[in-house]
Amino acid sequence: MSMLAYDGTAMLGRQLLRMRNNPGLLILTQTMPVSMLLFFGYVFGSALAMPGEAYRSFLVPGLLAATAAGGIMTGMFQAAQDTHRGVANRFRTLPMSRAAVPLGQAAADVVVTAAGTVPFLLVGFAVGWRVEGGPLEAVGAFGLLLLFRFACTWAGIYLGLLTRNEEAAGQLGGATFLLPLLSSAYIPTSGLPGWLRTVAEWNPISAVTTALRDLFGNAPVPDGAAWPVAHPVAGSLLWCAVLLGVFVPLAVRQYAHGER
Amino acid sequence: MTSTYAVLSEGLEKRFGEVHALRGLDLAVAEGTVCGVLGPNGAGKTTAVRLLTTLLRPDAGSARVAGHDLVREAAAVRSRIAVTGQDTSIDGDLTGRQNLQLFGRLHRVRGPAGRTTELLDRFGLTEAADRPAATYSGGMRRRLDLAASLIRRPDVLFLDEPTTGLDPASRNLIWDAVRGLAAEGTTVLLTTQYLEEADRLAGDIVLVDRGRVAHTGSPAQLKALVGAHAEVVVAHPDVLTKAAAVLDRLTGGQPSFDHDRNAVGVVSKDPTLTLPLLVRALDSAGVPLLDASLRPPTLDDVFLRLTETDTTDEVKERAA
Repeated sequence: MSMLAYDGTAMLGRQLLRMRNNPGLLILTQTMPVSMLLFFGYVFGSALAMPGEAYRSFLVPGLLAATAAGGIMTGMFQAAQDTHRGVANRFRTLPMSRAAVPLGQAAADVVVTAAGTVPFLLVGFAVGWRVEGGPLEAVGAFGLLLLFRFACTWAGIYLGLLTRNEEAAGQLGGATFLLPLLSSAYIPTSGLPGWLRTVAEWNPISAVTTALRDLFGNAPVPDGAAWPVAHPVAGSLLWCAVLLGVFVPLAVRQYAHGER
Repeated sequence: MTSTYAVLSEGLEKRFGEVHALRGLDLAVAEGTVCGVLGPNGAGKTTAVRLLTTLLRPDAGSARVAGHDLVREAAAVRSRIAVTGQDTSIDGDLTGRQNLQLFGRLHRVRGPAGRTTELLDRFGLTEAADRPAATYSGGMRRRLDLAASLIRRPDVLFLDEPTTGLDPASRNLIWDAVRGLAAEGTTVLLTTQYLEEADRLAGDIVLVDRGRVAHTGSPAQLKALVGAHAEVVVAHPDVLTKAAAVLDRLTGGQPSFDHDRNAVGVVSKDPTLTLPLLVRALDSAGVPLLDASLRPPTLDDVFLRLTETDTTDEVKERAA
């Protein structure tokens, strides 16, 4: 385990250096939620029944959760990109822990996400979002957000190692933008027709969004929702556990096997 | 004295779908030697390296590398080997220095910064050390790749066509490094298409053809397998075929023509062929000879001759 921690830290360092030397993807993924906040908050928000500032407060936790789900896309893209690089072969011939490469990638992703929430929340603050609950709950919300990002990145890494194709990863990854549309990230699910509401509420993004709104004190837990949304913190933790339980072993196995 | 082998394989097989890349490869590389693995494209050289460095798992057969079983003790093998492949195995997003430091850390090298500086200097990369490796030229990348393999001195170093496509300066740096490593006791297994390279570096040569070892020996032993390379230049193009017929009868080799120079050459199968014999035979056949030469065979000649024989055998097998 200490070998994994040591190698994983080295790989985390590698990922952070890569992003520092080549910050294009990073800048894109970090500025996207800011522009979506402004676009959704002012353009779409103007057509909604909810008053603008209330909608923007409602939207900030939703965008945080939706951005965290974007870990599927970045995880996929980077993992697929790496399979074509000779450097992956060198890692496989080194006496290092097999799990260290994906772990380093997922951990670096969490670090970058954590840093990226700062400018996003500053813009959120400027457009009217506030922490309306207790400080402990707010810290818990950040922890939950990063855990969700970590879990989504592992899912992405597995899919990226599976497709081994940057282009396919890019296209499939683009499709992950649709996931938050069928959740409570941008809209209250209570207005959806019955079956669609059920689907949306079983979307992990809904549980995380609702948990963030609850912990930041931005909006109460809706009545009559499906279990993961009705118990958002427990539901989110459970979703993360499921994602990690499924995708960590799959990704590590896929990485270790390579093209054998 | 019992000699120990750094690489010892028996009947290694690997299939990729329909392609049978290795059909029972038996290798024995003594510790502390440089072994050159030669073979045409598609002979299975790269597959062999990928198997022996734990990147691929063999379908059949077994191997021990640096004293450990390739499959059951893969982790132990990995801690004793290093590999520089045909594809660059460094991270283009990182600088040269960052690459070496990363691999130093992963190899548990104490104080990787010092070793990194030393290697960058040795491979002429000091100036480019802090630029992303993606901006390097092919030669610089290959040198960085080899430096990464040496961050901790390996017991067995695998080099898969290390100088293919390199300029002479980069090639010489890599050759010097291989000689230096061998002098320090590292076993080197090197695949190459350049026979000159194998001739200069390797004490033992393994000729691989269609997934099997075709011949093994020192460069001198392999050259003794075939006779000298004979070439004659004739006065008119019309007598070229006649000259070729004489050469064929005399040497048993397959003549090759150089029509621009009215020349025909052949690698002799008969090691006792001499220049007077050759000249007399051509003269008595009435071939107007302008020039004749006999030179010791190069590994190229050996290579062409031995694989040519195999091809002929295959044709016979098919015809039978």
